[in-house]
Amino acid sequence: MQSVPCHASCVDEGVGLLRVRGLSVNYPSRVHSPVLALRQLDLEISAGEAVGILGESGCGKSTLALSILGLLPAGARADGSILFRNEELLRLPEARLRRIRGAKISLIHQEPGLALSPVMRVGEQIAEIIGAHRSLKRKARKQEAESILQEVHLTDTKRIYAAYPHQLSGGELHRVAIAQALACRPDLVIADEPTRSLDVTVQGEILGVLQNLKRKFGTALMFITHNPALLIGFTDRVAVMYAGRVVETGSLSRVFGRPLHPYTRGLLELVPRSLRGGDLTAGTRLPAILGGPPDLHCLSPGCAFEPRCSLRTGICRSECPEELMPETDHRVSCFNHGS
Amino acid sequence: MAAEQAAKRAVKPALARVKALSKQYVQRRAFSRTKFVVDALKNVDLEIQPECLTALVGSSGSGKSTLASCLAMLEKADAGEIWFEREEISHCSARELAWLRPKIQMVFQDSAGALNPLFSAAQIIAEPLEVQGRESGRQVRRRACELMEEVGLSADWADRSALAFSGGQRQRLAIARAIALQPTLLILDESLSGLDLVTQAQILNLLADIRVTHSLTYLLISHDLSLVGQVADHIAVMHRGTIIERGTRQEVFGGAQHEHTRELLASTQTLESAFRTARPGMRP
Amino acid sequence: MLCFLFADLAPGSFFDEITLNPQISPETVAALRSHYGLDQPTPVRYVRWVTSVFKGEWGYSFAYNRSVSSLLTVRAGNTLLLTGMATLLVWLIAVPLGIWIADHSDGWVDRLCMRTTSVLLSVPELVVALGLLYLVVRTHVLPAGGMVSLGFDQLGRWSKLSDSMMHLMVPVITLVLSSLPILLRHVRASMVEVLNTPFIHAARGHGVARARLLFYYALPAAANPLISLFGFSVGGLLSGSLLVEVVTGWPGLGPLLLEATMSRDLYVVVGAVMSSTLLMIVGNLLADVMLVAADPRVRMQ
Repeated sequence: MQSVPCHASCVDEGVGLLRVRGLSVNYPSRVHSPVLALRQLDLEISAGEAVGILGESGCGKSTLALSILGLLPAGARADGSILFRNEELLRLPEARLRRIRGAKISLIHQEPGLALSPVMRVGEQIAEIIGAHRSLKRKARKQEAESILQEVHLTDTKRIYAAYPHQLSGGELHRVAIAQALACRPDLVIADEPTRSLDVTVQGEILGVLQNLKRKFGTALMFITHNPALLIGFTDRVAVMYAGRVVETGSLSRVFGRPLHPYTRGLLELVPRSLRGGDLTAGTRLPAILGGPPDLHCLSPGCAFEPRCSLRTGICRSECPEELMPETDHRVSCFNHGS
Repeated sequence: MAAEQAAKRAVKPALARVKALSKQYVQRRAFSRTKFVVDALKNVDLEIQPECLTALVGSSGSGKSTLASCLAMLEKADAGEIWFEREEISHCSARELAWLRPKIQMVFQDSAGALNPLFSAAQIIAEPLEVQGRESGRQVRRRACELMEEVGLSADWADRSALAFSGGQRQRLAIARAIALQPTLLILDESLSGLDLVTQAQILNLLADIRVTHSLTYLLISHDLSLVGQVADHIAVMHRGTIIERGTRQEVFGGAQHEHTRELLASTQTLESAFRTARPGMRP
Repeated sequence: MLCFLFADLAPGSFFDEITLNPQISPETVAALRSHYGLDQPTPVRYVRWVTSVFKGEWGYSFAYNRSVSSLLTVRAGNTLLLTGMATLLVWLIAVPLGIWIADHSDGWVDRLCMRTTSVLLSVPELVVALGLLYLVVRTHVLPAGGMVSLGFDQLGRWSKLSDSMMHLMVPVITLVLSSLPILLRHVRASMVEVLNTPFIHAARGHGVARARLLFYYALPAAANPLISLFGFSVGGLLSGSLLVEVVTGWPGLGPLLLEATMSRDLYVVVGAVMSSTLLMIVGNLLADVMLVAADPRVRMQ
């Protein structure tokens, strides 16, 4: 059985793989003003690198993933630039985009149970993806699919290959989703909340599988999540998103070690601390960030986080903060950072 | 201080209790005689202390939701006793249970499925009040708006459809509906799963607030130990239909007896301890 | 049994018309009646009829003087030819067309098809048949009814075939125009629903080609309601074309049934109704079996 040449290793480590500059996406609406899902977003991922995208629901994380893959719904407008290996993804024709999806950039969905056809066997759905990008005979496709199932530690490959999605457990479905994404050894994998709705033990296993494969194939990874704890020991860099923009970014150790943006600080406070009894008595309140995500129809010209910010000053409402770099490999957009 | 409070609570009798509760599910394949029998609950004993938060922890399939459904008399157990406020309720008919229904309320996971999308927010909250038929239409509406404000939703949104709310807001609606009848016991079945951290913290704070004002007892069902560790007074760990570990929070996290509990703790600890090593500045 | 009862309960009997004729004496009528067993009580007649069914005769036709089954085989055969052809055509048109317009939903083809089907749905079958007949009579393009032309037996083999085809045209087109709109809409609706599901988006996100997506991913998932409809189609093969046959003069089960009902030819009525019912049951059973084979979720239930 021949092994697939590893695409990612052909690209040197550290070379820019994905470069997003000034990406703005809005959904026009007949009734309201357009919804600004992404506003002037900048992001960079190098080959083989793992970057975490951190933010709560509604901050635009999924829109970012869809924009990169060219899967925005009809009617959405995207401006700016997304360079993937020096190709401008926003202006590629559909035929070329189709060859990139799944083969060079692939997506692991939040809910794999929904992302799989209920009337097709799971193994065939993996084989289909292989078949869509490589011309292999049916038997070879099946063998490839089985081999990728083994890579994700689904050892009972015969049973899993022949199973339908409703016959598999949550953990197995997540692994199948990972297998689908890695079937053609892409350069970049976008994992959209890959451990959502999983039990704690299974979560750890899935993260382990992802990490192993990333190391083995040298794939770059964009890990989208709302839980900072999942990024520890997993990603090298992190970008914190709020209301369609990146508000803080840098290496994980710097951003988590010394969070500068009040939103980042608020998020990190929420990660549960010690479980050993004593310090956190029941009945005390958690340090929650008050309020909810802003209404993306009508964003103020100033900082979007201002209404919920404990450090806000007058200027925050009228002007949008520029990006500053207070230390190496650590950028933040806030007037009052570090206070 | 905490010890005194605990001692005070221990004196009060248990609010609800199940004894030797068992339930099986039987499935059949199409065109075949083979049966699959699933032991959802096997001889389960549990006590819920008043005005405490008891947490039921376990992975999916451990039987925690089944236990909650049986306790709320939404499903019938095959064997065992269920006691609520010193009355044995497992053999009561629907009419006899009429007094019980308002006292035990449930909030489910993913209220998008639990809330009728054709109803407005106010109608959803008012529904249980109307079913009970105690108050007039206008009073019901006023009460619904009050409840909305209490859970942190603006009363201006009373006529919005349930679909227009975000996940966290829908859970607030579900909580408002649940407390409309002034229950004694509120069962939260994975109500915080699927919410992001910020919303989770907000909902937990809301629950902490209304617990005091409404003298509520909570049964929180979750697979997330770290979540439970922040708020629970008592914890019971379930695995494959039985309770393998129970005790106060300190007891369970301090020294778990059962192997599965230790596994659960270990997976949570790794994330948390990794986090703590990455942020040396944080308080331990 | 119900069928027999209801037919029997209808007032009058086959020989009532004869009694109007003054030349025939009441004794003759009585003799005829007893000869055919019509003076026996209902349960006795029922038992005799059931025995006849098992013998393969299905009773006796008074008008045609033969066993019902021999009548039925010929007539039912004609009907099946007609409806079989129509059903085949309808499905062959509706499925690909439905898939295509679902893929281009909200395009101009989609809107055109939707409007046309709306119009067709509101036109009764009878009007379509009559309209077609009118056209055909005016333009002499096709024969205006019946199954064969005069002198059919003298034609060569190919001429016979083409003659039959020409005669089939009008009733078939009527049937097709009546049932195509509903099926087309169902196919389109089912496909559009499936095309909006997350797994189709996910497959697209993995780079699966559009054609493959439509036929290999979407169609099997959309097939459930269509399989049930197919079962109904098969079930209705004998009963769905009654009106059209009568209007266009196609010698099928329809006119036979009508005639027999009017003249109280009891056993023919019962036989015809029973055969349609049987086919309907077979059709539904077929649909159920096909559903189990096609959808793994149904198997699990």
